[in-house]
This record gives sequence, structure tokens and C-alpha cells, in this order.
Amino acid sequence: MNIVELNDVSFAYDDSGPTILTDVNLALFEGELVLVSGRTGSGKSTLLRMFNGLVPHFSGGTLRGDVVLKGESIVGKPPRELADFVGFVPQDPLSSFVGSTVEEELAYGMEQLGLDQQTMRRRVEETLDLLGIAHLRRRSVRALSGGQQQRVAIGAVLTTHPKLLVLDEPTSALDPMAAEDVLATISRLTQDLALTVVIAEHRMERVVPFVDRIAIVENGRVRIGDPAEALIESPVAPPIVELGRLAGWRPLPLSVRDARSQARTNPLTLGKPEPRATHTGECALSARDIVVQYGTKVAVNRVDVNLNRGEVLALMGRNGCGKSSLMWALQGTGRRTGGTVDVDGDDPADLKADEARMLVGLVPQTAADLLYLESVADECAAADQHAGAEAGTTRALLDRLAPGIEQQKHPRDLSEGQRLSLVLAIVLSAEPEVVLLDEPTRGLDYPAKHALAEMLADLAHRRHAIMVSTHDVEFVAQVADRAIVMADGDIVSQGLAADVLAESPAFAPQVSKILGPEWLTIEQVQAARESGASDA
Amino acid sequence: MSQSTPELTKPTPRKVVLPRELHPVAWWVWALGMAAAASMTTNPWILLTIVAVAAIVVEFRRGDAPWALSFGFYLWFGLIIVVIRVVFRIIFGGAMGPDDPVLFSLPSIPLPEVARGIELLGDVTLGSVLAGLYDGMRLAALIICVGAANSLANPRQLLASIPPALYEVGTALVVALSVFPQLADSVKRVTKARRLRGEPGKGVSATRRIVIPVLEDALERSMTLAASMDSRGYGRAGDTPLRDRWLTGTLMIVAMIGLAVGSYGFLDGTAPRILAWPMLGIGVLFAVASMWAAGKRVKRTRYRTIRWQFGEYSAVGSGLAVAIGLKFAGAEHVGVMYPPVDSWPELLPVVILIPLIGALPAILTPPALRDEDTMEGE
Repeated sequence: MNIVELNDVSFAYDDSGPTILTDVNLALFEGELVLVSGRTGSGKSTLLRMFNGLVPHFSGGTLRGDVVLKGESIVGKPPRELADFVGFVPQDPLSSFVGSTVEEELAYGMEQLGLDQQTMRRRVEETLDLLGIAHLRRRSVRALSGGQQQRVAIGAVLTTHPKLLVLDEPTSALDPMAAEDVLATISRLTQDLALTVVIAEHRMERVVPFVDRIAIVENGRVRIGDPAEALIESPVAPPIVELGRLAGWRPLPLSVRDARSQARTNPLTLGKPEPRATHTGECALSARDIVVQYGTKVAVNRVDVNLNRGEVLALMGRNGCGKSSLMWALQGTGRRTGGTVDVDGDDPADLKADEARMLVGLVPQTAADLLYLESVADECAAADQHAGAEAGTTRALLDRLAPGIEQQKHPRDLSEGQRLSLVLAIVLSAEPEVVLLDEPTRGLDYPAKHALAEMLADLAHRRHAIMVSTHDVEFVAQVADRAIVMADGDIVSQGLAADVLAESPAFAPQVSKILGPEWLTIEQVQAARESGASDA
Repeated sequence: MSQSTPELTKPTPRKVVLPRELHPVAWWVWALGMAAAASMTTNPWILLTIVAVAAIVVEFRRGDAPWALSFGFYLWFGLIIVVIRVVFRIIFGGAMGPDDPVLFSLPSIPLPEVARGIELLGDVTLGSVLAGLYDGMRLAALIICVGAANSLANPRQLLASIPPALYEVGTALVVALSVFPQLADSVKRVTKARRLRGEPGKGVSATRRIVIPVLEDALERSMTLAASMDSRGYGRAGDTPLRDRWLTGTLMIVAMIGLAVGSYGFLDGTAPRILAWPMLGIGVLFAVASMWAAGKRVKRTRYRTIRWQFGEYSAVGSGLAVAIGLKFAGAEHVGVMYPPVDSWPELLPVVILIPLIGALPAILTPPALRDEDTMEGE
């Protein structure tokens, strides 16, 4: 039985403007897990929000066609009247919380529905157990880790016993382990509760193995199908699928196990991977005994880091392990309790903020914090002025990083990737030798990550020293020369990126899991195939 | 378990007082009773007793939530008030009477003719300093009592216990409570990030660089929150018949008219008395009725409401007892309640014992929940 049907649905924010979605026909069956994928800004979120009426009720705009939930049209119904049928979990759980403690948060939806106290109490207990968060019941929702918050947010909509669960990028802010946890929870829900789940997710590699169908949103059109078939022509695809496409494996492998067995029966003939060019120059930044302490909590514990010109150093580790603290301490404006940093004989912490940024530039985690003007042109002009650079410098940098961004666009209207490029250009306008990027891959889809990787490679090529913190192993494999893994304020592993990634199965990129530790990225495989072809 | 115990002596039920959260209204009534008592006197002994009692109860019965830690701050605040009062008395001087003993003399600063009658510095008399001290202590005691309520009562539970008709107001306040720390976080983050773009300069442009990103952030967050609340059923209308809505509306309007006219009559002495108390009474009556009517059609429930039990009644009772007791005792001993500044303030056992009743909740109410009690799962 179809739980949701979209019949010839089109949506546009205003009648004269472009349509976001055009003639969408979609039917979801009871109990299936559907992944919605597509590039950032392709209309994924719009599609998800149609299922409970947030689009068009909350977003404005015109919706044509019919949305049918369990045989009943919901066009014109506000989301609140569908609360007992559709559970919607937005992207950032923290800003969606209404209650202060976990229990209050779980009960909120039921209070709105007017359930009696006994039922509420029983369902809260069931949900706490179902999601494994019973020990957190009295905790403040703000004090939880990202993964716990996400599970609470899911629990908060489950207590109303919805038939359809809609999740908008539930793991985009989580580290790999927490993300795995949340996704495992979601897949268990589909098994245990016979719940229909619709999920939008950037990190497809972790979800693809257990989804029933994939809906691909591209140019306002939606097509849905079996994962192995739908992914053949998807604009976004996890490395495993790209490898499968490259090798011509059919059906496309969706999990590492599938791919291994495909590789056995249908082996890829490859030579040796080309040794990675190491372009390590002289030392640009050298930090000794860095300590960062907040009250009694030691965030960074006597860490030594060397950063060389022309290299990209990846900083990895779970959320809260001290990555950001270390970066801010190195930049000089952040807190540093002990230790020294040496950039060209100066310690950035001894300098004024203005001078420190000429030595070390930092792109913070929420890059938009740096932006405050109404247009890209204004931002660039202000950056030139702050840096004392010639007019047009920042714009030229931006064009090199991400060509073709309209001058008059509001920075808030840019895509994540474009906004990141703008902030990076502003930071680079002061011509720092050392550039630090804190979690730049957040919210970027595969093509955008690829563009970022090329940007960083280009900067390294121009003799900048680059340090980038990230959770994304695939990205590290693509871009990093060296890698450092931090845990609980300490460095637990460091060395060449290839070695660090190969050392631990948790950090191994998908390509190495399939082809062996000497292979890290699709690009390597592709290059080896091409050179192999030309040799033959 | 033995199955054949021939004669069971009936076990006496064991009374166990389990740790739990006391109803916030109970704490507020207790604290306001104490505050009312403090406002009735300037006798430093009574005021000190009241503060001590408040401190004891807070120490015994507060939890470990963030608001519970605020009591020390209120104590400091009280101390500062006392100091400021005394310093003002020293600066603006003035003797309390002809035979007010002079403590020490400071050079007097003459003021121009316009400000005649006010003397800066000059002779500092014991009377004026004591008057400042007593007065300051009274204000400090009031504030400390309110502080005690703040550290004992869970503000969210307090909001949760407002009548259903005012639910929307309560929700707005709850949301504001959770938005504030987020706003503070975001100001901190943006201020930090600002330095990455170089020194901001001064004035409007500098403020703008903080305000714009913070506001954009806040706006985005509130949109997310609103969307999330809506999709979780906030504001579900259900089906209210038109007639009910009319009834509620009419009741509310009559109540408002009654209250407005009544308070005018009450405040304006020349208005006919019929407009004062009777109108106020009618207004209140209709307000209650409209709340009831509005609350009746609200289809919402509360998760885990706190029931009023012995602990709540004991807190309320002791708070009221202190206020009423001191009112009556004070009427008979006006000299003790407002001691003259030219002699040692009198210490009368009766008026000291009455505030001590306020310490009873330290024993009679159940202990507060603490986080370590709930950590067994970790």
C-alpha cells in the first residue's frame, strides 16, 4: 500500500521564478527506506518538506498537483495537523529543540496531541530504550554530544507514533562513528517499527547498503529506482559506486562486500599506483608544547606540530577531541595556555589580530560568521581594504577558487561551497603563508568536495602551508600529504596520509578497503588505468 | 518466601521521603512570605535571621541545575547594596538629630546656591550611617529571599504550571529561555571570528560586524524552531465550535473592561467608590471565567506534572506563617521592628523566633534531585 503519493507535483517560490520541482510523480510503499539524493540546492529539502506540508505552508510558494497521504489529500493542510502521521527531523537538532531536558523533549509532541499522562510516560520509556538513550533522560539537551542530540531529535518525533519518518541530512554535523550510530539506529527503526523512512544524506556511502530505493533529484525532476540502477547515472555517487562505474561492474556494488566479490570475479587489471608526489618544502609553522585549557578541561595536551610549505596536513579525530582548539591556538587569536608557535620567527599570539592574520589565516567552522555585508562585491571590497591590498585582489582570488559568482548576490544566498570559497578568498587576501581550515567539508556534496580538494591542491602548489581538519576520510585520501589523528587532546597517530589511513580500518577509504592499502582514491585508479591503457 | 506464616503482624508502613522536585510555586510562596517579613522591619537582628534562614534552606534543598548555583551571586549582590547605601549616607551626610554623635569628620564640599540644603561629605554621624545600614540590609534581605526562590524553583516548571489558556505566552517564554544561551554562544563565536578579518575599527561598522551575523543566525534558528514546533503539532486547532470561541471572547472583553475601570476607580480617590472594588471584583471574576473557558477547549496535556503534597504545603505554610506572624508580632512591638538609630537595636526572642519557622522546609520538604542520582546508566 502506498503511504505517500505525489501526483504531478510542481513547486515554485514565486510564479515568475524558476520551478524548484517539476511534475514529480512519486509513490512510497509502507515500510521502505528511501534515500533522497542530489546535489546541494537541487530541491531535496523541498521534496522532503512536502511530505508534512512545511512546503508550501511554511516556505511560501505555489504548489501544483496533489500530495496524498494514506489515501487522503493533504494539500492545504498545515504541518501541525499532520504531526501524528509524519515525523519530521530537521537538519540541526539543537535549534529544533523546545524542551530543556531529554524527557521533556520526547514528551513535547505528545503534549501537543493531548495524550494522557500514562500513555506519555510509557511511550517516553519505550523510546528511550529504542534509541539507547535511557541514561540521558534528565540531561539538558544542550549538554549532549551531536550524535546523542540527533538521536533525541529522532526520538522526539517517534513518540507520536508516526507512520512516516522524514530525516533531512541527519548526520551532516557528526563524526563518522556517531554518524554510523545514528544511521544504524535508523535502519533498525525500519525493521522494528515497520516505519517508512525518507532520508536525505550527503554521506551516501554509509546509507546506500541498506536503502530499498533511491530517489535522485536533478534539475527539478525526481526519478526513483533500485539503488544499483539509479546510481549508474546519479550526479552524486559514493566512491564505491564510482569505482564500480569505472570498472564497468554490473550490478553496481553498493557495499564493500559486494565490491570485493565483484573484484574477485571481474578483476581490475591495474599496475602499481603512481607514487604520490611529495612536495614538502621548508617549515612554515612550527608549534611546540601547545596546551589549551578551559577551566579544568585540557582540550589540547602538549601537542607538537610542524607545517611545511606546499603541503596539506589533515587533522582528524572525533568531535570534541581538540581539533578546533588547536587550530585557534595556532592562529594566535584563540586561547593558548602554554607552548610556542613560530611562523617566520614570530609568534602570532604576540601580534595584533591584524598582523596575526597575515601570518596564519583561519577559516572557522561556521564560515558565515565572517560575512556581514549585503553582496559579494561589498565583501570583496571590504576585504581588500582590511588587508591593505589593491582593489580587486580578493575578487581575483575568488575567481581563481570558484569562478563565476555573481557580484551582486547576497552571501547568504550562495551555496555552501561558494560561501566557503568567498571566506577563503577573504582570508587569503591578507596573504598568509599558513592557511588553516576548520571542518570545511561540512554540508558539501561530492562535486563540491572535489572542487575544494582542487582548491587546496592549488594553494599548496603556490607554496602555502595548509592544515585542514575534517571527518571525511575520502577527502583526506584525496587531498592530504600528511595526517594527524587526535584523541582527547593528544596526538595518537601521525605520518604520511596514506600510512595513517592504512593503519586503521576505521579510517580506511572505500577504495583501499576494496583494492588494498596502496590505493586511496578513484583518481589514482583512473590514472593507473589510463597509463595502463596507453602502455598497452 | 515462606507460604504459611500463621499470624502476620501487620507491618507498620515505612515512610520514605524520596528526592523529588518541589512544585516551584510552593518555593515562590515561601520566599515571598520571607520577603514580606523582611520588608516589615529594619531591625538588623531580624533581617540577619531571615537571610540566614533563607541560606540554610537553599543549602539543604537546592539541586545542581544551573539556576541552583545562583544563590551565592544574590548574597554578594545583597552585600553590595548594603555597602552602597552606607557609602551614600557618608557622601550625602546629614545628622539624624541634634545629639547624633559624630563618628568622624570629612572636609565638606560646598555646593552652589541651587543645591542648597544638600551637603557633600562633612560630618559623618553614627545615626546616618546606621540608618543607611539598616535600610540597605532590608533591601538586601528582600533580594536574597527572591534569590532563594530563584535557586530553589525550576523556572521551566514554573512556566509549565501556568494555566492552559496562557499556554502560548508560556511557550514564548520557554523558547526565549533556550534562545538566550544560544544567542550568547553565537555572539561569542562571531566576536572570535571577527578577529580573523583583522581589527574591526570602531563605532557603527564594528558593531555591525557582530550584530549582522548574530541576527542572521538567530533568525535562521528561530525559523528552524518554528518549523519544528509546527511539524510536531504546536498550535493544533482541533475543532472548536464557533459558539465556544464567542463565549471566551465575550468573557475576556468584559473582564478587561472591569479591570480597567476598577483599577482607575481604585487609584483615583475622587471617583465614586462603586467603580473601585466592585468593578475590580467583576473584572477578576470574568477573567477567571474566560481563562477557564479558554482552557477547557485546549486539547493539550502535560507530561509529569508535579502534584501538591505535604512538602509543598509545608513550604507554603511556613512562608505564610513567617509573614503573618511577624505582622502581628510587629504591631505590638513597633519599637523593635523599627529600632531607633541612637541606641542598640533591641533583641526580642518572639520576633527572632518567628522567622525561624521559615527554616522548616529545610527538613520537611523532600530533598532535591541531583544528577548523580540519575547517572547509574552510564
